Amino acid sequence: MLSQISAITGLNLRSIPDRWTSSLVIVVGLAGVVAVFCALLAMSAGFASTLQASGRTDNAIVLRGGSGAELNSGLDRDSMLLAREAPGVRKGADGKPLASAEVIVIAELVRQGDANNGANITVRGVEPNAFVLRPQLKIVEGRAFKPGLRELIVGRGVTRQFQGAELGKVLRMRGSDWTVVGIFESGDAYESELWGDVEVAQTTFNRRGYSSVLLGLESPAAVRQVKDALQSDPRLTVDVTDQQSYFSDQTKQFRLTIGFLAGFVTAIMALGAIFAALNTMYAAVAARGKEIATLRALGFGGMAVVLSVLVESLVLALVGGLIGALLAYLLFNNFSVSTLGQNFTQVVFAFKVTPQLVVTGLVIALVIGFIGGLLPAWRAARLPITTALRQG
Amino acid sequence: MTKAGFVVANLFRKKTRTTLTVLSVIAAFTLFGLLQSLNHIFDAGADFIGATRLMTQARVSFTQPLPLSMVPQLEGVPGVAHVAYMQWFGGVWKKDNSPIFAFAVDPMRQHQVYPEWVMPEDQWQAFAKTRTGMIAGRVLADRMGWKVGQKIPLSSNIFPQKNGSKDWTFDLVGIYDGSTEDWQKQTQNVFIQHEYFDEANQFSSGRTNFYALQLADGADAAAISRAVDKMYENSPDETKTQTEKDFNVGFLKQIGDIGMIVRWILFAVFFTLLLVVGNTMAQSVRERVPELAVLKTLGFSDASVLGFVLAEAGALCLFGGLVGMGLATVFGAMISKGTGGQFTIDVSLPVWGMAAVAVVAMTLAVGLLPALRAQRLKIVDALAGR
Repeated sequence: MLSQISAITGLNLRSIPDRWTSSLVIVVGLAGVVAVFCALLAMSAGFASTLQASGRTDNAIVLRGGSGAELNSGLDRDSMLLAREAPGVRKGADGKPLASAEVIVIAELVRQGDANNGANITVRGVEPNAFVLRPQLKIVEGRAFKPGLRELIVGRGVTRQFQGAELGKVLRMRGSDWTVVGIFESGDAYESELWGDVEVAQTTFNRRGYSSVLLGLESPAAVRQVKDALQSDPRLTVDVTDQQSYFSDQTKQFRLTIGFLAGFVTAIMALGAIFAALNTMYAAVAARGKEIATLRALGFGGMAVVLSVLVESLVLALVGGLIGALLAYLLFNNFSVSTLGQNFTQVVFAFKVTPQLVVTGLVIALVIGFIGGLLPAWRAARLPITTALRQG
Repeated sequence: MTKAGFVVANLFRKKTRTTLTVLSVIAAFTLFGLLQSLNHIFDAGADFIGATRLMTQARVSFTQPLPLSMVPQLEGVPGVAHVAYMQWFGGVWKKDNSPIFAFAVDPMRQHQVYPEWVMPEDQWQAFAKTRTGMIAGRVLADRMGWKVGQKIPLSSNIFPQKNGSKDWTFDLVGIYDGSTEDWQKQTQNVFIQHEYFDEANQFSSGRTNFYALQLADGADAAAISRAVDKMYENSPDETKTQTEKDFNVGFLKQIGDIGMIVRWILFAVFFTLLLVVGNTMAQSVRERVPELAVLKTLGFSDASVLGFVLAEAGALCLFGGLVGMGLATVFGAMISKGTGGQFTIDVSLPVWGMAAVAVVAMTLAVGLLPALRAQRLKIVDALAGR
């Protein structure tokens, strides 16, 4: 039995080059399905990984109660001071609580290759501790801004996607001029921002309060302690979240939307591909009707014929799937785009074609190949030998 | 047998093959219809807006409010007929934390500048007179099940009241409709009284996010927008003024280049499809070479043989296209209904038009090569099986 199967299968596979045009239909069809599937979900995976990388579990972010995002939040000076004194906050090198009170304002920059439509960009005023709390952030060109001066450092994502924030450029915001003195990389959502000194930002933009306070925690578990202390304080109405959940909550809606779109598009495309695969395999079987009948007359079993057709279809599907995944990887991996984030500002992120996605894509391809091969295989095995031999 | 009958009969000689091919064409056009409509929302989503209004916002960003003291100054700009303003409220529906697009406005200015919002005059009056009054768009009101006269609890994720609470309550005094079908789809907003909002909230006072400028007949929109921006140059409140249409397009563009993604998917879909149908057509011509030679022997011209093959390809694409687009229209309507009009996928006439172009292009792409092959057949060679 096994030798029969391998004999016919080998025969089938070796003859593929002779009928490559029709086999190509399965390969290309599945390459298309898998490429679209991988590319769409790579977008949501990239967005999620950018935001997740932004958050550490040993940092906590304090916002005004119910505000949900930094843009909507506002804390006065007293609340800010109370927040940093909470128990569970770790001390910095100077013996003071490790905290950065930050203020965000929004500026508009024009996308690369666009003429007039501005997109919202976060400008974040930070305290020196901000760099300690985000050790992933490195200045790669120029230097850090000097406290007290209207100087900015710009995320790599911003320079990639938008114009006018290159090193040495002067940005005009609300009648004030800011010089770009450095470019930083962090591999996360902060890379989509402009950073400057918090006090300068407050005076320039006429903000008395702060948008958020970022606290360094003694341990990830200390977030409960901070939360309990601050939320039971009658002087405060604040929300305390660990930084990682703060960011991963923001990806939910996006992932849902893209997931739905990907599922829908893949489903319809997969249907089309199944029909195409069926077509090809029926043609393949029909073209070799005589050959199959001869084999069966020689004593090869029906099962062996069914399996050989199935294997052919699965091999073609797998090749197609691999090509599709490779295409998605080559075209879209690390492809940089930006969309609106929670703060109503742009988050720049790159598509990520993950191994997991590729595997799922290949499984889809194999399922389609299986369905596409099964019916034709069945027909091949059931055709009466005499009829088939007499054909054509 | 008529020529059309001949074409159809040829298609049905291999029923399985024709059926399967048509089914893949249908799948492709279903996607085409839905994705193009989605794209249409982003590409031309603002087409229905005339160029009669300008939107003025802070140059830095519209999240930066502008002072209300600008109203008389803007009204003084020659060519500006009326001015309305809108302040983002940050509305949230407490039950499911979903956003409600609520703006604080001056009721009568809104009425004046936006004739597209249609509501009985007494409801406008009630809106103007009720301090805690609120009006809602028809689509939104229907989705939420709101009725005029109800008290509507609404939270703001930005503005607390003076007492520190972020929970507000408004009296629904009117429900507005859109003047056209397109505007009706936009009736998803809530308007509240700016005067009341200004007094009752904790920290915004005398400011607004946007101004909408209605222009006098025949006014030069470009010149006025330049004049307005010039007026505030180098002030702390520099402005950016653009037509309402550009404003909306820019807003959608912020979400990202949806068009690019859709184009890539459609490219993949059609490339695949081209191969499927193209392969079928090539195969069917290859099988029928002797028959085609017989046709020619019987006196059919080269051109009519070419026509037969092209017509077969055309029939496949046309039928698949029609059914696929029909399905897309039905699915689109289902999605619109399922989301309560919040997310409308309208497979409109322009999309059908694009589909028609796609059908013709596909027919030529898949049918032309086999058809030319059929046309160039030499009778002697073909009959001899060479």
